[in-house]
Amino acid sequence: MKDDTSHMGGFLIYNMNMNKKIDVKKVAKLAELPIKEENLERLERELEQTVEHVDRLNNIDTSDVGETNTVTNLSNITRDDIIEPSLTQEEALQNAKHTHKGFFVVPVILKEAVE
Amino acid sequence: MNLHDLTITKAKDMLIKREISSSELTKMYLEKIAVLEPKLNAFVSVTKEKAMMDAAGADKKLVTGEDTPLLGIPFSIKDNFNTKGIRTTASSKVLDTYLAPYNATVVQKLERAGIVLLGKTNMDAWAHGSSTETSDYGVTHNPWDLNSLPGGSSGGAAASVAADETLAAIGSETAGSIRLPAAWCGVVGLKPTYGRVSRYGVIAMASSTDSPGPLTKTVEDAALILEVLAGKDSKDATTSPLKPKHYTQLMKEGRKMTIGISEDYFKGVDSEITERVTEALDVLKAKGHTIKNIQLFDPQYAIDVYTILQRSEVSSNLARMDGIRFGNDRSYFAQEAHRRIMLGTFALSSGYYDAYYKKTQKVRTLIIEDFKKAFESVDVIIGPTTPVTALPIGATKDNPMFGELMDVLVEPSSIAGLPGINIPVGFSAKGLPIGMQIMGPQFAEDVILDLAYQYEQETNFRKLKPNL
Repeated sequence: MKDDTSHMGGFLIYNMNMNKKIDVKKVAKLAELPIKEENLERLERELEQTVEHVDRLNNIDTSDVGETNTVTNLSNITRDDIIEPSLTQEEALQNAKHTHKGFFVVPVILKEAVE
Repeated sequence: MNLHDLTITKAKDMLIKREISSSELTKMYLEKIAVLEPKLNAFVSVTKEKAMMDAAGADKKLVTGEDTPLLGIPFSIKDNFNTKGIRTTASSKVLDTYLAPYNATVVQKLERAGIVLLGKTNMDAWAHGSSTETSDYGVTHNPWDLNSLPGGSSGGAAASVAADETLAAIGSETAGSIRLPAAWCGVVGLKPTYGRVSRYGVIAMASSTDSPGPLTKTVEDAALILEVLAGKDSKDATTSPLKPKHYTQLMKEGRKMTIGISEDYFKGVDSEITERVTEALDVLKAKGHTIKNIQLFDPQYAIDVYTILQRSEVSSNLARMDGIRFGNDRSYFAQEAHRRIMLGTFALSSGYYDAYYKKTQKVRTLIIEDFKKAFESVDVIIGPTTPVTALPIGATKDNPMFGELMDVLVEPSSIAGLPGINIPVGFSAKGLPIGMQIMGPQFAEDVILDLAYQYEQETNFRKLKPNL
């Protein structure tokens, strides 16, 4: 994939009017989403619209408030380390498009150095 | 036999007395599905062969006098639950050919309880939405008006129950996905406390709020299913160690309650909906319950909290969809998934995490504490389930916040992980169903079921059926 986003800075560029711009190409690259060029503008508009909406949260003072990561109040859930039957190799591979001798075939992510 | 009058409780009785066999019952539902599906599109897959096999197996057990809680009862299951050997798509083309190699815990429990699986129901793709309009397999039509949306994301589930294509359905709710379609299709929809029912094997949307639950014709059927589903699961560390209750028994206690009402939950709500909910409150008052006005955190803020939380968790959960071990590659994601993955990735990205995700987690704390305070003075909180009745097909187009605006009244309790139930309270002038929700404190499913049951006994709305 051609990297045409590396020249971009942060995602948000604040201008004098404090309108927010989101660098959708950079976010798409982070999310590994192949988005068609013609859809980028619409996506950018929608994201900015949504971010503007959620910015209302800044009206709420949370300076003395802790974060909630889970509502269960449970912590450090452990179990005995006992091996239980799970998927067979065949079952684990049954949905893969490319397999080789009982393994998943993955795309190359590292390239050999070219002299 | 009239399928419309049939409930799980009644069917069980008939099956045990052998007035009907599970095979006969299943055949009737499959025939109904064949006739109605061209109009409704509530199912992504109909598992006809498996259904007949399940039914034959149930009949054998019934003959020997074996009894399990849902033996021989036809069910539909939302297509985001892994069902072993059966296509499981979450209504996304990314998983078009995915055959689940294992069962979700919910599915395993239902199978042990004896259900007959009729098929997998349509939903918003990945459960991203409140309409089923984002399904890659076409929209589901509302049985009460084929030009209207069924709601979502468990829209196929709600429609399948309302149209008598199944006796009961399993859905999942992250914020509204059971209650909203139940309201728009005029059925009962129970969203349990987060952690009451295992999420193992449910294709993850927002892991900190996903809650599987039943959609049924009656409150008693919902209680019966919850009894089967509730409980700790070693495969889901967020499930609660608290022992599940005997919901079918406790729902008949007839407790007198103090019901909290918050003005903010009626702001901007259709006048017809407010009228029906007010009438329902009058019914409850006449039964000896007390109504108390309370102040709650403005639900509008829950939209913003939910939007950031959900998008962030979505972007993380869907990162595993790489097309390597299963499914198609990421080019198969459609527009709504793009929107959500992108916003979540942005909100979690370096430099913006504090401003968005962290801020949201703090407001979430405020919402939880606000509910806790409210439940010190009331037993339950009642409000409308939705601000409007079912909208016309096409309503979601070009509105990236559609789901959130429709779910405004159910998002606060979802963010706090609380249980809630939708029950039908009447119809609009156009003949569209109206729903009321009862919310309770954590793990108080028995309390909300009790009040819902008391209301249901006083009214006849569930006996009306769509003209299909």
